[in-house]
Amino acid sequence: MTQPLRLSVRRASLADPASPIARITVQVPSCVECIEEAVGVVTRHCLAGAIAGPQVRFRLQVALSEALANAIVRGNREDASKRVWVQADLGPDQICLHVTDEGDGFDPAAVPDALRPEGVSQEGGRGLFLIHRMVDDVHFNTQGNSICMTLRRP
Amino acid sequence: MGLRESRQGNGVVVIHVEGQLVIANRAELKDRLQDRLAAGDRRFVLDFTGTPYIDSSGLGALVTIAKRVREEGGDIRLAGLNDDLRQLFELTKLDTLFSISATPDQALAAF
Repeated sequence: MTQPLRLSVRRASLADPASPIARITVQVPSCVECIEEAVGVVTRHCLAGAIAGPQVRFRLQVALSEALANAIVRGNREDASKRVWVQADLGPDQICLHVTDEGDGFDPAAVPDALRPEGVSQEGGRGLFLIHRMVDDVHFNTQGNSICMTLRRP
Repeated sequence: MGLRESRQGNGVVVIHVEGQLVIANRAELKDRLQDRLAAGDRRFVLDFTGTPYIDSSGLGALVTIAKRVREEGGDIRLAGLNDDLRQLFELTKLDTLFSISATPDQALAAF
């Protein structure tokens, strides 16, 4: 049976101008069947924020679904005892998405270019490339098990 | 995701993909194409008119499907991709691997 998502939405204090308008956190089980629902939930909440529009929706969908697939399959190796955490910080001009798994991490610099001639005709290897093309900034933590993706107001 | 098939008079099998083609269900489409190849079919149109989203795993599945079809001497064409999905094919250069038509009828006419 598919495990449920755990969702929390917190409005930040308006007295603190440095804080995001809202923070959404979702705990996702390590099953690929959960990705579509998790992406839908987070995207709906993000689009209720200040930056919205059809292009933002699509960019969010691609970035989140690819980051979640990487975290669940490569990071947690679909281990049912492990979780993935999604945190979305909604600001007036940007959305910061963090996706963190419980795996050992990886070196993003070692991922080959998806557009190299032999890469185009391979089955895998496009996820991280698409994330880079859909968001304005991509950062990993030192361990390589947490990605931070920033979308700014178009 | 649901898969619906229709067979044209010229032997082309049109597979209508309904819903997202993603990591959780890409094997269903690969298995369906493998079954059709085993049954002797060689020419296919994949209709994505009812598909709002394809992730990188879905794109990868299409690459593998096309490879298998072509190894068997067949051909496969894609149709009905929305603007966002067309953008993904262009970004990943997969538009160079596939013949892409606006509608299934146009894809069928190209055989």
